[in-house]
Formats: sequence, C-alpha cells, structure tokens
Amino acid sequence: MAITRSLRGIGARVVGGVWRIGFGTRFFLMTLFYSGLSFRRFRLTVRELFFTGVMSLIIILVAGLFVGIVLGMQGYETLKRYGSESALGTLVALSLVRELGPVLAALLFASRAGSAMTAEIGLMKATEQISAMEMMAVNPIARVVAPRFWAGVISMPLLAAMFSAMGVFGGYMVGVVMIGVDEGSFWSQMQSAVDFQHDILNGVIKSVVFGVAVTVISLFEGFDAPPTAEGVSGATTRTVVQSSLAILLLDVILTAFMFRGE
Amino acid sequence: MSSQELVEIRDVNFAYDSRPILKGINMTFPRGRLIAIMGLSGCGKTTLLRHIGGVLKPTKGYVKVDGQVIHELDQDALYLMRRKMGMLFQFGALFTDMTVFDNVAFQMREHTDLPEEIIRDLVMMKLHAVGLYGTQNLMPAELSGGMARRVALARTIALDPMLIMYDEPFAGLDPISLTVVGQLIRRLNDALGATSIVVTHDVQESLKIVDYIYFVSDGAIIAEGSADDIRASGEAFVHQFVYGEMDGPIPFHYPAGDFSKDLGIQSRGADA
Repeated sequence: MAITRSLRGIGARVVGGVWRIGFGTRFFLMTLFYSGLSFRRFRLTVRELFFTGVMSLIIILVAGLFVGIVLGMQGYETLKRYGSESALGTLVALSLVRELGPVLAALLFASRAGSAMTAEIGLMKATEQISAMEMMAVNPIARVVAPRFWAGVISMPLLAAMFSAMGVFGGYMVGVVMIGVDEGSFWSQMQSAVDFQHDILNGVIKSVVFGVAVTVISLFEGFDAPPTAEGVSGATTRTVVQSSLAILLLDVILTAFMFRGE
Repeated sequence: MSSQELVEIRDVNFAYDSRPILKGINMTFPRGRLIAIMGLSGCGKTTLLRHIGGVLKPTKGYVKVDGQVIHELDQDALYLMRRKMGMLFQFGALFTDMTVFDNVAFQMREHTDLPEEIIRDLVMMKLHAVGLYGTQNLMPAELSGGMARRVALARTIALDPMLIMYDEPFAGLDPISLTVVGQLIRRLNDALGATSIVVTHDVQESLKIVDYIYFVSDGAIIAEGSADDIRASGEAFVHQFVYGEMDGPIPFHYPAGDFSKDLGIQSRGADA
C-alpha cells in the first residue's frame, strides 16, 4: 500500500513536471511571438535593462574582482611549481573568459535580477495588476514579460564580459602589482593565448544561452506563481534553484560541444 | 437582444472542475443604468464579472455585450471589445511602479496616438473628476485606500468606456471614502452615459445609488428588483442579508458535527 502510494506520488510529480516544461515552453514561444512591442517601443526594454543590468553591476564587478584575486593567488602558487609564473595572465584570462565569467555572472544574475523579476511579476499578479492590464486590452506578455526577457538576454553577456574584465584586473593586481610577475609577459602571453573565436566568442555564446534560460525561468515562475505571499516566496526560491541547475547543466552541454580536445 | 440592452446573460452555467459556481444565470443590463449584483462572498458575483469581461468562458449559455457573444470572440476582437469596457478592481490594482499620472495615462498611451500635451490635459480632467487633481506626481504607495480607489476609478474611465464594472468598490473604505466612491460611481455613470455593474456586498451604500439589484446566492438569482423591492423582500435570505441579521437561512455556526460529542460531554452523561 505504501509502495503504491509512493509510486503514485512519484508519477504525479513526473507528470506535473512534464506539464510545467510544456507550459514553460509555450510561455517562451509566446514571449518571442509578442516581442514586437519591446523593439517598437525600445524605451520599455531600456527601462528594464536599467533594473536588470545596471542594478546588477555592483555585485558583478565586486564578485569578478574577488574571483580574479583568488585566481591570481592560486594560479601563481600552481604555476610557480613548474616555473611558469609568466603564464599567470593566460591562466586567469582563459579561466574567466571560457568558464568562470559566464557561469558565475549567470549565477549571480539569477540570484540578483532573476529573483527580483519573479517577485515583481508574482506580486503584480497577486495585486491584480496583471488582470487589470488584460482588462484594459493590453497583453501582459507583450507589455510586461517581453521587455524584461530581452533586457535579460542583452544584459547577461555584457555583465559576463564585465565580470571577466574585473577578474583579469584582480589577477593583474595580485600577480603583477603585489607578487611581482613581469607585466610584459603577463599581458603578452594573455594576448597570444586567448583566441577570439574559440575563447571569447564561445564565452559570449554561453552567456547568451544562460541569459535566455535564467530570464525565461524567472519570468515564467513569476507569471505562474500562486497569487499569495507563500506562492510568490516559493516561486522566488524555485527561480534561484532551477536557474542555478539550468546554468550548470547547460554549461556541461555547451562545453561538450565546444570542446576541441587539442 | 434589443439595442436598449448593453449586456445580456442567458442561461450561464460555469464550474471549476466539478464544483458548480453559476447555475443557469439570466440577467439583463439596459444601457445607461447602474445595476448591482449582490450576494455573499464566494456566491459567484466576481465570476459573473469575469464572464462579462471575457476572462472566463461559460460551460453553457452565453454572455452578449453590445450584441456580440463574448466567448466566441478571438483575442483581437476581445481586446477591441475590452477597450470599450472599464473595470475597477477590489483594491484598485494600480501599477505600483508608476505615478498616479502614468497610471491614468496608461490606456491612452497604449491605445491612442494622442500627443503628450493632450494626454496631460485628459489625465488632469479625469483626476479632477474624481477630486484628486494635484496628486498626479504621487506614487500609489503614498495614497490612502480611498484615494487609491479613486485614482483607479480615474484610470477606469480614461477612455470613456460604455460599460464600467466595479468589483467590490467599497471594500475596506472608511465611511467618508465609502460615500465619496459611491457618489462618484453614480455621477460618473450619469455624466458618461455609461452602463455600470457593481458587484458588492455593501448593502446600505449600494442601495442608495443603484437603479436595480440582482441577488445571487449559491450561483443562482434568488431575488431582483429596485432598492425598495429589495428592502421589502419577503425572501428570508435577502431579509437576513439586507438587515445584517446574525441568524437565518445563513446559520451562525458552520455546518459541522455535534460539538458536545467532540468534547465527550454526551458520552460521559450516557455512562452516568
């Protein structure tokens, strides 16, 4: 009896999960379909760019600096064993541009901007602002969701780039200014080792994909949240958890496709 | 439906899953009239408004607005119809990230190509009509409950709708705000030549302003008529509702089992 009940519970969760994936996909397609307004009245998107992008800048820059400092210290210790301290710039830059920049910036973006988007839309629903918009013959997907979606997609690669740039600066401060690694070799080795297409472009592709995933999850969870305090709080938690898992899973998939094995 | 009737509800049935909410509702709303739908919380009043606004589809029957069956309209036609409707939500539903001015101007900016100078003048006129000229730069969080309701009213009438729906417009208001909002509903209806539907359970205020009342209980109409008809109604439920009596067809106690049994009083008495 207990086994039947637990099997039924597992089945219900699986079916519920599949339904949610279906609703989420339909929501994503509707967002793309109703995106025209986001470009015709671009100031709506610019306004959201401020809230999602500009307001996330401080946490992204500070975190990027800290990660770069740690990379500089750890990298120096490891490279020194092999007498290759001069490759510190290469190590810091490649780690950040290929992997840490897009992934960590996306995780921070999900916690800072994604959760805010979910809470905002969830509360708009709870206070009947979404219903009011519909009754005023204004499509909330076009007016509320799509501008936020494009703001997230545009701001994510920019934030990841700034995270990486700050990280490289942090690595420079530790390696060159504090430890005394040769400045010329730090920059020149970095320039010769970092390839635009295989390193920078792949990093940008990753951050765009993460931006789409995080923003869609955040908006869908907000739009689908039960209109209660508990419902909005649960949706905000789900946004952070699901976004984080989605970022790491997508990172595995994308890295596998981008891996050249050379 | 004659051209004198703006809204016609015929044999509307609706259920959430297997739980029936509306059971064969028939109503008529003539143009220019102010009509109330009254009943207890959860009796299906707001569900009826959602049917008129095209948010819900009836499982049987139809709702016609201005000669068109609402649930048969596609999204574009429904949105076109909604531009002729206004709805005041229970707590105003003002956009909290916009100023009072932007809230009232919202529909004008979304649905018209009017220049900003004209929009400004129109917004000021609407705010003046609800007695809140001068509040245009305030945020919704800076307004009292009654003021927020009046700003929402100004937003509702922004495009001079032919049909205005009010969902519990008196909920949570102090006596002065209650009278102000009640009088505004009446005056705006007459000034705009609109048709208004007020869903409420505030008997005293609504009986002062409405032309006709439908009484809904458990998803069906149990009484209808003018304010005087309702006051004089012999229907026990209507009487209890209008005069706020504690006991009647709606009992004070929730229909549960015997409380004394739950306390074990009866069994001890039986043992003795």
